[in-house]
Amino acid sequence: MTQKIPKSLNDIPTEVIETDLLIIGGGNSGCFVAIEAKEKNPKLDVTIMEKAHIDRSGALAAGMDAINTYIGEGETPETIVAWSRAQVGGGPLREDLALSNARILNQCVESLEKWGVPFNKDEKGRYKKRGRFDVSIRGEQLKPIIAEKTKSYQPRILNRVAATNLLKDGDRVIGATGFGIRDGKFYVVKAKATVVSTGGAAGLYRSATNDGTTSHHQMWMNPFNVGSGYAMGIRAGAEFTLMEQRWCATRVKDFCGPVDTISVGYKAKMINAKGELILQTRYGHLGGDTAPRYIRANAPMGEWSEGRGPTFVDTRHLSPDQVKDLKIDYLNERPTYVLFLAARGQDPAKEPLEIYGSDPYIVGGHTASGYWVDVDRMATLPGLFAAGECAGGMPNKFVGGCAAEGVLAARGTVKYISGMGHGNLDQNQVAAEKERIFSPLLRGATMEAKYTVPAGQDPRSQYDGVTPEEMEERLQRLMDEYAGGVGQFFKCNEEQLDYALKHISLMKNQINKLFATGLHDLVLVHDVIDRLDVAEVVAMHLKERKESRWPGWQTRTDYPEVNPKLDCFINSRKNLKTGELEMLKRPYEQVLPGDRTKAPSPIPLSAEKA
Amino acid sequence: MPPYVVKDKCDGCKGKEEPLCEQICIGDLMTLNPDTGKAYCRSLRDCWDCMSCTKICPKGAIEQRIPYQLGYHGAKLIPMMGTDSITWTCVDINGKVERFSFRTRNKK
Repeated sequence: MTQKIPKSLNDIPTEVIETDLLIIGGGNSGCFVAIEAKEKNPKLDVTIMEKAHIDRSGALAAGMDAINTYIGEGETPETIVAWSRAQVGGGPLREDLALSNARILNQCVESLEKWGVPFNKDEKGRYKKRGRFDVSIRGEQLKPIIAEKTKSYQPRILNRVAATNLLKDGDRVIGATGFGIRDGKFYVVKAKATVVSTGGAAGLYRSATNDGTTSHHQMWMNPFNVGSGYAMGIRAGAEFTLMEQRWCATRVKDFCGPVDTISVGYKAKMINAKGELILQTRYGHLGGDTAPRYIRANAPMGEWSEGRGPTFVDTRHLSPDQVKDLKIDYLNERPTYVLFLAARGQDPAKEPLEIYGSDPYIVGGHTASGYWVDVDRMATLPGLFAAGECAGGMPNKFVGGCAAEGVLAARGTVKYISGMGHGNLDQNQVAAEKERIFSPLLRGATMEAKYTVPAGQDPRSQYDGVTPEEMEERLQRLMDEYAGGVGQFFKCNEEQLDYALKHISLMKNQINKLFATGLHDLVLVHDVIDRLDVAEVVAMHLKERKESRWPGWQTRTDYPEVNPKLDCFINSRKNLKTGELEMLKRPYEQVLPGDRTKAPSPIPLSAEKA
Repeated sequence: MPPYVVKDKCDGCKGKEEPLCEQICIGDLMTLNPDTGKAYCRSLRDCWDCMSCTKICPKGAIEQRIPYQLGYHGAKLIPMMGTDSITWTCVDINGKVERFSFRTRNKK
């Protein structure tokens, strides 16, 4: 579509929508919010604000080959929560949230099958297990199927509208603003309750496979999940937890794709350059094959840093049929890994597959970063709820758990909305937000060319300003080098973090130099502004945790040991009067008795993930 | 992991306000060149290689290529979408061809 670029704020139309329930982000959990809310109250007016198109948006865009949490025979909600707790080294985690999630987990997973997603079955007709709690699916159509189900309830779906900020009436959240990526409109959506269910934050750090050329987005998480859900809450003064617990994972090297498919699904063990079994040889004292997830995730980079790379998952025991099954699994989740192997001319049965560390992500569906919420999934601001990757405190949700979070958040909102009217719009806030959103576009439309541009070069280089890509790459380089990226083997110290914060602040002071030459550019501008806000909070949390509780996910070279006094949640919230980020601690409350670092037995070896 | 649009196959989804690849792209990257009436990826660097565009293209006009920095030239991966199944054809750099067919939706 040809876009008309406005020259002044008055040229930009405003669309005001009133709804009962606003869902920001129509991925897996956001769709489950809509479905459950409509199930509970079919008369509810439900609106989904979606940056892309709900048919393929979010982390499930490319498909999925497994549901990593399902409570099979012999397991209970308690055993999965105890397992999850052991996976994060004993926590801290919100066991109240995890238990409430586990109690409705299976019905969410089973509904996917009812809606049409093929599940692989064992000889007894049960879901085919891949590990202790994960079951194998054919999920190429997983997101289209969830989207179809959602659309059957006829919510209002605003595809291609990027959310920018939460609207407030006092402390209460009363909706959100956004802009139309196709129509260029300013959207003001008033809602009785608002759920933030955007994805997590990718692209805060430089990916190891990023050459700055055609592979900039060669990363594990959907790179269009930039953390806007967190950023909006940070700016609105909501409280966040465990933002230092970064998901740094082992991934297939030079592709940065999932590795569980191979290591869990096909029992391929990690080996180093010398052919040694890494976990048994080097990490036996920490549990070897059954060490916590972060230990296993960090192991390959540990080998590289000590001169024992390259590192592999050993697939040389696979039969030709197994190699074919392995490729089918990838075709269901990240199809281009099959293309990658073809582009290397590589047969996994003859050569092991190389592995490496990913760039760190803030993804509350995997680790436990996100909004501090109550059991109804309401954040610390009334009227605001969080689901999926946005809900903090509970790690290891994955696809099934994020769906369950959506259901729980929907129930929370339905309860909250009952008898509740709309809040009052603050017209000053609305006007200021319109200006904040669109001023980079107006700048781009009114700038005079200053420099000559060689043919074929980015036409934006004729202007004296900053492009969003430039600032994004500066941030990613900074975070990689000074806030424990993969380039630094995930390690950082106080001085590095101070440096990172100083330079984040320098960039924030240059936000007014960013310009956009079209609506796509404007998306990139707001992506990087949101990433700056999230990156700052991540660096502050890493500074506050003066210990090394989850090496790899969070490693402080100046505090290499666990500090028992920090066996608590580290939380933060922006003081809206001073603009300062305030750090606070909240106690860990153990609900399930027993040794927190051990999952109840038996743990079959096949349950292990690399 | 950029998508390349084969110019002789793409017809810009004539008659539609937006071509299907533009409608589905998760990164707002596929778009129509109004001068040629054909689609293209506006920023090759920014593609995540989810292949949503390649799968939805009714003309089979979109090829996914591994960036040369990461994998060598000439490999192909082509999806053929059925109503409840998919067939993939993969050709590696040595010309070896593999096919994969499987169900993507339960029978109604």
